[in-house]
Amino acid sequence: MRLRYSDVTPEKLYLSRRELMAGAIALAAIGCDVGAEATAAPMPAGAPLKATPNAAYRVQDAPTKFDAATTYNNFYEFGVNKEDPARLGQTLKPRPWHVQVDGLCAKPKTFDIEEVLKVAPLEERIYSLRCVEAWSMVIPWIGYPLAALLKQVEPRPGAKYVEFTTLKDPEQFPGQKPGFFGGTLDWPYTEGLRLDEAMHPLTLLTVGMYGQVLPNQNGAPVRVVIPWKYGFKSAKSIVRIRLTDTEPKTAWNKAAPQEYGFYSNVNPKVDHPRWSQGTERRIGEFRRRTTLMFNGYADQVASLYTGMDLKKNY
Amino acid sequence: MTTRGRVALKVGVWAVALAPLAALLYGFATDDLTVNPIEYVTRQLGETALRLLLATLALTPLRIVSGWSWPITLRRLLGLLAFFYAVLHFAVWIVLDHFFDWHTMGDDIAKRPWITVGLTALVLLVPLAATSTTGMIKRLGGRAWRRLHRLVYVAGILGCLHYIWLAKKVLIQPWVYATILMLLLAVRLWNSGRGLARRAEQKKAQKIVIGSRG
Repeated sequence: MRLRYSDVTPEKLYLSRRELMAGAIALAAIGCDVGAEATAAPMPAGAPLKATPNAAYRVQDAPTKFDAATTYNNFYEFGVNKEDPARLGQTLKPRPWHVQVDGLCAKPKTFDIEEVLKVAPLEERIYSLRCVEAWSMVIPWIGYPLAALLKQVEPRPGAKYVEFTTLKDPEQFPGQKPGFFGGTLDWPYTEGLRLDEAMHPLTLLTVGMYGQVLPNQNGAPVRVVIPWKYGFKSAKSIVRIRLTDTEPKTAWNKAAPQEYGFYSNVNPKVDHPRWSQGTERRIGEFRRRTTLMFNGYADQVASLYTGMDLKKNY
Repeated sequence: MTTRGRVALKVGVWAVALAPLAALLYGFATDDLTVNPIEYVTRQLGETALRLLLATLALTPLRIVSGWSWPITLRRLLGLLAFFYAVLHFAVWIVLDHFFDWHTMGDDIAKRPWITVGLTALVLLVPLAATSTTGMIKRLGGRAWRRLHRLVYVAGILGCLHYIWLAKKVLIQPWVYATILMLLLAVRLWNSGRGLARRAEQKKAQKIVIGSRG
């Protein structure tokens, strides 16, 4: 079944996109040189973003409604409530934006976001997303393998880990302002992967979703998506990617080490201290589903962890 | 307070206490209970139960501090409303969240301290609700009844603990409830301390009076 965005996109947005395309056709007809995608102009969140669907990476379940995926978000930079990111998202300015890629590599480089978009062809992949809080969604992301970007800076043999850093700017992220009782997390938000996890073809450097530029509340302008790990591992609004030889400190691990490990692979057999990870509620469904090992990606990633005690390395 | 004033007060309490339930029913009718409705409904019911329980526990401190007697007339009503919401909260957990998956729920009760204490708080409220009628007060006798109903303090503490333990440690809200509960209990402790001191002094005064006679 081919996914139609009318299934998952609100009609207003769907129609406005059509209008935009109709406008582009009209302009082309009167002789203006307008490419199918006007890549020269900075693309605002919500603008259409073209990508080639990659049939090898699509789960069979129906995608979550666009409205749900953009209004129910854990993004503590905007606030601790799930409706905060959608409500306050406009304070984030995704342009201009730079991503510094450095550390243990031969060619460290600071990429302009427009350059990031062109490192590899954009593809659409439909991944399932499992939150550590035992709910899940299915989301059509747009991006390319993170490996493509990392190869550009040529990691040195000593590089064993990758650290992601999210923007720290209380003006753009109201949740980072120190509150009356102190802050929530230790800003900036950092996350990390082992280098082989980061280079895995499933690990997606993501710039869009649902056929459009990534909305602010979903981590604009650029984030990673690691579908076999709990959602919080997939760092949003990234400003720095650093190659390192030591395991990076990660934000939630610092906040509650016994609850959020460095690996945080989706694992129905290892409970969160406060709840079972054996089941999950798919947003839009009534009954709980059984959670799958590595969120259903075991065939592709289980070999990364051969011989490891996943209870210990949670 | 006049009879009319008392009636108005009770009507007001009913209206305020049932508003959260009305909001949930309205949200259900208009399909506006967030994209994760079961989680939302569970949280709203639980939080309302805790608020009403703390409101119940605030009545005596309010009387102590203000000297008014009317707060006590609301104690039974507020306590029963708190119990009502706690039961709904638990029922949603069983029916909507776990859909009668007794095995998983049993596991959760045994393994997760926050669920254990939450369920214990609810269980403690059952005998209190059952003995809330005037007839039961008479049958038990004021003294035994009062002693039994001290369980409400335990339920309040466990209710707050339930919230603290279930929430992420970076969240502040559960601690707000716990702080309010501590303040309310502090007022009672201060008051009973004062009462004890007063009685001790009275005894001393009596002794002196007796002594001066002899």
